[in-house]
Amino acid sequence: MTIQTTRRGFLAGAGATAFLFVGFGAKGGTAAVAAAAEAKSLNPFVKIGSDGSVTAIVKHFEKGQGPATGLPTLIAEELGVRMDQISFEFAPSNPKVYNNLLFGPFQGTGGSTAMANSFMQYRQAGAAAREMLIKAAAGEWGVDPATLTIEEGMIVGSGKSASIGAFVSAAATMEAPAEPKLKDPSAFKLIGNPDIRRLDTKIKTNGEAIFAMDLHRPNQMVTVMARPERKGGLVTGFDDSACKSVKGFIRAATLPNKAAVAVFAENTWAAFKAREALSVDWDMSNAEDRDSEVIKAEILAALDAEPTYNVRNSERIAMDGATQVLEKTFYFPLLAHAPMEPLNCTIEATQDGGLLMHDGAQMPTGAHAAMAEIFQLPMEKIQVKTMLAGGSFGRRVTPTFDYQVEAALAFAVTDRSRPVKLVWSREDDIRGGFYRPAFGHKVTVGLDKDGEIMAWDHRIAGQSIMKGTAFEAFSVKDGIDGSSVEGVSDTHYAIPGMFVGLTDTKKATDVLWWRSVGHTHTAYAMEVMIDLVAEASGKDPVALRLDLLSGGDKDQQRLAGVLKLAAEKAGWGKPGNGRFQGVAVHKSFGSYVAEVAEVSGNAEDGIKIEKVTCAVDCGIAVNPDIIKAQMEGGIGYGIGHVMRDQITLVGGAVEQSNFPDYEPLRINDIGEIDVHIVASSENPTGVGEPGTPPAAPALANAIAAASQNLRVVQHPMSEHGVSFA
Amino acid sequence: MKYDINLNGKTVSVEAEPETPLLWVLRDELKLTGTKFGCGVASCGACTVHLDGEPMRSCQTLIEDVADSAVTTIEGLNSNIASAVQQAWVELDVPQCGYCQSGQIMSVVGLLSENPKPSSDEIDEYMYGNACRCATYQRIRAGVHRAAEIMEG
Ligand code: FES
Ligand code: FES
Repeated sequence: MTIQTTRRGFLAGAGATAFLFVGFGAKGGTAAVAAAAEAKSLNPFVKIGSDGSVTAIVKHFEKGQGPATGLPTLIAEELGVRMDQISFEFAPSNPKVYNNLLFGPFQGTGGSTAMANSFMQYRQAGAAAREMLIKAAAGEWGVDPATLTIEEGMIVGSGKSASIGAFVSAAATMEAPAEPKLKDPSAFKLIGNPDIRRLDTKIKTNGEAIFAMDLHRPNQMVTVMARPERKGGLVTGFDDSACKSVKGFIRAATLPNKAAVAVFAENTWAAFKAREALSVDWDMSNAEDRDSEVIKAEILAALDAEPTYNVRNSERIAMDGATQVLEKTFYFPLLAHAPMEPLNCTIEATQDGGLLMHDGAQMPTGAHAAMAEIFQLPMEKIQVKTMLAGGSFGRRVTPTFDYQVEAALAFAVTDRSRPVKLVWSREDDIRGGFYRPAFGHKVTVGLDKDGEIMAWDHRIAGQSIMKGTAFEAFSVKDGIDGSSVEGVSDTHYAIPGMFVGLTDTKKATDVLWWRSVGHTHTAYAMEVMIDLVAEASGKDPVALRLDLLSGGDKDQQRLAGVLKLAAEKAGWGKPGNGRFQGVAVHKSFGSYVAEVAEVSGNAEDGIKIEKVTCAVDCGIAVNPDIIKAQMEGGIGYGIGHVMRDQITLVGGAVEQSNFPDYEPLRINDIGEIDVHIVASSENPTGVGEPGTPPAAPALANAIAAASQNLRVVQHPMSEHGVSFA
Repeated sequence: MKYDINLNGKTVSVEAEPETPLLWVLRDELKLTGTKFGCGVASCGACTVHLDGEPMRSCQTLIEDVADSAVTTIEGLNSNIASAVQQAWVELDVPQCGYCQSGQIMSVVGLLSENPKPSSDEIDEYMYGNACRCATYQRIRAGVHRAAEIMEG
């Protein structure tokens, strides 16, 4: 089997040393090796039972975005089984075999890459298994393998027919074919089939789905952390005498890094109660102490100063000759991810002196390597078992593997005889940092006498997500963190005289990628500005965008394609009575998405979001219905936060604590979402994130249309002039 | 303290401290983990169970207060309404991560028991308290309509 070996220098930067020893020898396991260990595995990705049941070994975690269905679909297609004959199992943590091909020797999910990096690999795995089974059957039947095919789990041909299960043992002893023949896309029955249902739905409707939070290991203890009110505080002592009256309280212990006191109890409720009863003394001399207002002032000041980096065009185009100059300053606050399942994981000792972690693991290799380092154990002694994850939006992987390390440190202060389950409350989550960083954009656009753009000066300031972390090399080049400017500096609009400047502001708090990373703010600034240009030049917002995308390169064509489709399906220009439309289009994670938001009311009396129409081009649509679901969810996520959410700090302490003051999007906030997929034969690209970036600017542009061109340039909208019905 | 509760049609004895939320008794003592912890403050609905057929937030319901009620969790659903809802959920692939969906389904079953054919506005009004961070709302709404259709036969 050939495995694509293209890799980016994902881990080459500072701080990555802990993981580098994993080695670069990943070539994918051959069937012979895998078969020796596990008689029913035809390769690392396909396991078949003697009853013909197929199990796909899924290397990406399932947080709702669909790989537990998508990757089995690829195998089922090439192998020749129905979707009800295949199930899934999450891969064990083994970065040599189950690495993300786009990440290097690192197993993990992120950047909407699950399908992009698995598409060929899982098809090849399915095709290899098919060839081996056919060869085994042909041998036993004494017929030419070319006469046999596999259909719906049966090997048929030459007048014979038998279940694939009958030949698994024989096939498992064979060498895997180096270049298995893949199906011609025109013969796909499952890939692209909109009727394929998810494999994980039923268990999510009857209580059977076991998320990491649902795990109960025999004799386990639950631990919750007493953390300082402000990040960076260190424990100097504690008094747990009041905890002793909480039935089920076991003990409290300071973590080795003094970042928190671990409270151990027999059950979750007792742990929470005991934590309330605990009193801790803190050394707050190095704790965060800034206000959101100070962070904002610093960002706004940076936008008015010379930028540190000239990201695009070294010369700024003077606005002197412009007939009209449009200028807006945007501000985007800190945001929490707040996945529905609060963070948690469980660690236990294994019989062989190793450790086993159960986690809704977004990047198992990180937690794996961190545990190896903390406990000074070889990698083989550690296993990370991936569980279903109740959402992530980026939060389940941080550069420091924060909660997994916290659990490991808590386990380290026990005698290790009992499994330890770390549980975060919702308050821990909302206050736990790793936010979408606050960012500011100042955009000045000069128009000539015909209303054409002649200069575009775009300055961005905020805290870099990647700098100084283990992920630096992934994103930072010549000092510029690409994740701060993506979506602006690489815009596909034909904008003459475009200058992009970036200034990193100093560390405000721990920040992190948040569903669609830099695009969360860059798409907003770009798409609201483009609408302003349309307004100032008296052009239709869709027509202007199509003009700016008419250069004929592929990106422009695909952007124009989704824009036209969304406009057509939304009935652009013909909103219903009392309704107003706004549009936005953006490329992220290799995919192109246009959205038209339709609202009623107005900013003063209350905006109601009636409908969002979306068109997406993500290459070959493997599971069209999952793609639609991801667009629906991505739109809701983007819109929900800009409506009314922000994290604010006062003297370093987070003001919000739970859903009442970090309000999720609710069912009555948003009407219908209508998603259309552009047919494509390009390789599949991301779908988990790309639905998010255009949603907020499309809404903003619709609000402007409904409200005398009120341009909302700061979030949350509810605090900047927009009320919602 | 020992409590006898009428749970999913059976009487179950369980040890718990007074003032323990039903949520944690279900999840930690009885290992009925289909009922989820999302916020602990009645703000997300992930912990929704039925008390005498009425949706309730189990994170705000104390164990000592359920002695006289029949408690139903997602694991114990077995009405025609519930199977219509579950069937609709599978047909439409409503869940994404799925973590909120037990609570959504418990609420929807409550809604359809009261109002077998709700309008979209009535759905929105009834389901407001059940948050879904994956924003599956559009499919929840469609799922309720589909379940109503299935119930009609
Ligand atoms: S956990 Fe009870 S409502 Fe959120
Ligand atoms: S499906 Fe993920 S929170 Fe609802």
